[in-house]
Amino acid sequence: MSDGLQGPAPEERPRPEGRRNSQGIRIDPEVEAEPEPRRTTITALVENEPGVLSEVSDLFSRRQYNIESLTVGTTQNPEWSRVTVVVEEPDPNIEQIEKQLDKVVPVIHTRELGSDAVSRELVLVKMDADEPERVHAITEMYDGTTLDAGPRSVTVELTGSEREIDDALDALRQFDIREIARTGKTALARGETKTSIAPDRLK
Amino acid sequence: MSSERTIERDPDESAQPVTSGAESVVRALENASVDTVFGVQGGAIMPVYDALYDSPISHVTMAHEQGAAHAADAYGHVTGTPGICMATSGPGATNLVTGLADADMDSDPVVALTGQVPTEFVGSDAFQETDTTGVTRPITKENYFATDADSVGDTVGEAFAMAERGRQGPTLVDLPKDVTNADTDREPGSARLPDTYRPATEADPADVDAAAKAFADAERPVILAGGGVIKAEASDRVRDLAIENDVPVVTTMPGIGAFPEDHDLSLSWAGMHGTGYANLALTMSDCIFAVGTRFDDRLTGGVETFAPDAEIIHVDIDPAEISKNIQADHGLVGDASAVVRQFADALPRAPDTEEWVATCWTWKNDYPLEYSIDEDGPVKPQFVVEAVDAATDDDTLVTTGVGQHQMWAAQYWTFTEPRTWVSSHGLGTMGYGVPAAIGARYAAGDDQSVVCFDGDGSFLMTCQELTVAARENLDLTVFVLNNEFIGMVRQWQDGFFDGRRMASEYDWIPQFDVLAEAFGATGFRIDDYDEVEDTVEAALAADGPSVVDVHIDPEEDVYPMVPSGGDNGLFALAGDQL
Ligand SMILES: Cc1ncc(C[n+]2csc(CCOP(=O)(O)OP(=O)(O)O)c2C)c(N)n1
Repeated sequence: MSDGLQGPAPEERPRPEGRRNSQGIRIDPEVEAEPEPRRTTITALVENEPGVLSEVSDLFSRRQYNIESLTVGTTQNPEWSRVTVVVEEPDPNIEQIEKQLDKVVPVIHTRELGSDAVSRELVLVKMDADEPERVHAITEMYDGTTLDAGPRSVTVELTGSEREIDDALDALRQFDIREIARTGKTALARGETKTSIAPDRLK
Repeated sequence: MSSERTIERDPDESAQPVTSGAESVVRALENASVDTVFGVQGGAIMPVYDALYDSPISHVTMAHEQGAAHAADAYGHVTGTPGICMATSGPGATNLVTGLADADMDSDPVVALTGQVPTEFVGSDAFQETDTTGVTRPITKENYFATDADSVGDTVGEAFAMAERGRQGPTLVDLPKDVTNADTDREPGSARLPDTYRPATEADPADVDAAAKAFADAERPVILAGGGVIKAEASDRVRDLAIENDVPVVTTMPGIGAFPEDHDLSLSWAGMHGTGYANLALTMSDCIFAVGTRFDDRLTGGVETFAPDAEIIHVDIDPAEISKNIQADHGLVGDASAVVRQFADALPRAPDTEEWVATCWTWKNDYPLEYSIDEDGPVKPQFVVEAVDAATDDDTLVTTGVGQHQMWAAQYWTFTEPRTWVSSHGLGTMGYGVPAAIGARYAAGDDQSVVCFDGDGSFLMTCQELTVAARENLDLTVFVLNNEFIGMVRQWQDGFFDGRRMASEYDWIPQFDVLAEAFGATGFRIDDYDEVEDTVEAALAADGPSVVDVHIDPEEDVYPMVPSGGDNGLFALAGDQL
């Protein structure tokens, strides 16, 4: 091994006072400021092109962002689709997710939706039909619809906020649930606020 | 160095109208003033090659598609306009992958054209079918699957524009054979960006003003110039900003050449093997004006200890780079050249840096790059780098492999011009050096020399490309800094694995001078100090490609060093400080 170079050793060098956290944010050296994750909804308007959805989902897995749910469907303009993603990440990552999504070339507009956004999720639940009356009563209580009732199984549909769906599912767990299919959340900004803004050249 | 590229067509041979998808592809390249493409033939790409037969574009047949991709990357880096590589479907396309990933990490403009099985066979696992767009999506800026002959020329044009504009990078067009074979008379239009892609030019003036004020108020300001400065042709503006305001400049490794390293204000480059003074200056700074860098972990060391007192002003054309790794206090999105001008105009006054510059100078004196020589001992690699630097002009293009030799080249060569340092940074690809030297040779001016510093391990990965250099009689010189080790790994094993040198020693390696001769290059060998000067002269003077097998001190290590994830300010000067 070589002797290396000359010069003052590490302990003899000047030292800065500050510190950053693992997100590269400058913080008071006394505080342990690690950002807490929060759950939020991101919406993206995208061009309907082959491969866009895989580009979007690849982006999440490659950058290690955890997707809680992802929904996609067409919009008022048949050339556009809306992607709605629910994530649970600390703020710096949420900002990065928006920027990385924006970077995907067919993505027209991205934004994080506020907590006042109107949002819905749909779930289908198939259960044993041992107690059809009680299943029916709970379904009604959550404004759900029975889609299929046979001698041995019953399938119901429930629509609501993520919270309502969670509650309904909790209530239905007293029956023997056979299968669940949830769509994931889809959402629009409330009132006059535009969910996505497309530049004029694309309209 | 950006060469004005125009292709010369014989006046009698005016361009014939296109009749096929393949001809439309070639026409799109001609329209973009492409003069050279690098590639390897094969079944699915044959129609495109056939169309090249009548084109004034010259094709360089490489020994391996990885070589084609690296050559195109180096060509793109040196000229600033996309380098083109071509490959057939399946194995041809997969062999491009390393080169495309390399270009992606270093934001080098490259367009790859790959053959694909006919559309009706796509998805059937046909002979030589690979889902090329699927494989390359994460390692290209954008990729395309051509669907029909009428639009394929425009698709290639868009791929070219995407590679070149905004944040540069590699793009790929996958060309099913039926599409390139199909009839069409559609001439491609001029290369356009997609409607959804509009890179910013200037940054928000209010943000610029706020950043400029912070910089003017700083006591210990540093300009950090990344590769983006070179890509955006912003080197002159950065130099003026530094000199007019008397602010020290640190570059990143890809930013080497963005600021003349022989200038008093240059602190050279920072990071894992950067200079002690660059790393100390960044660590102690209270305001960093960072342009065109993505704050790679090889630059920052551990983020918790990166410039902890510094307000960060970050200029980048890619909004996603702002606050990705290091939180920016001022994010300025735009073209580096435009934003540096905006910033210079917005500065209310020059920061008061007299004391700070003097401090940086004491660090320069305290921690010079140096190495010891024993005249009778084995040759030190640093000495060879300095000898070659002394024997060549300032505008010499330097390519490298990856390893210790790359670090010595970066440390001991004095770079004074942008686009002269051609290396693999983000991906760290061993084997980059020789094919990159070939690409750089095609991009270089007639009077410009091309040298490659390679390691024995890196050289062995792509030395077959010497056959191309010999066939085309390319004037370039490869210095293999031969330590009979994959040295960088050996250094880490010594430092962090108790010297257990697992799989880093070569029990036997070829004689590289003899090997070079077999490929048709001229071989030289250096064993002692007294051979260095004459052999370097002779190798540089030799016609065509030459290879110098330089037997260096096998135990020489690279210092300073910041251990991976470490604190830049605590860089080690020797093994016992690791
Ligand atoms: C393709 C590839 N494989 C493996 C590595 C890991 N690696 C980094 S440096 C290095 C050793 C390089 O050896 P050599 O080219 O002889 O250069 P030296 O360090 O001896 O100068 C290795 C194996 C790499 N960077 N690239």
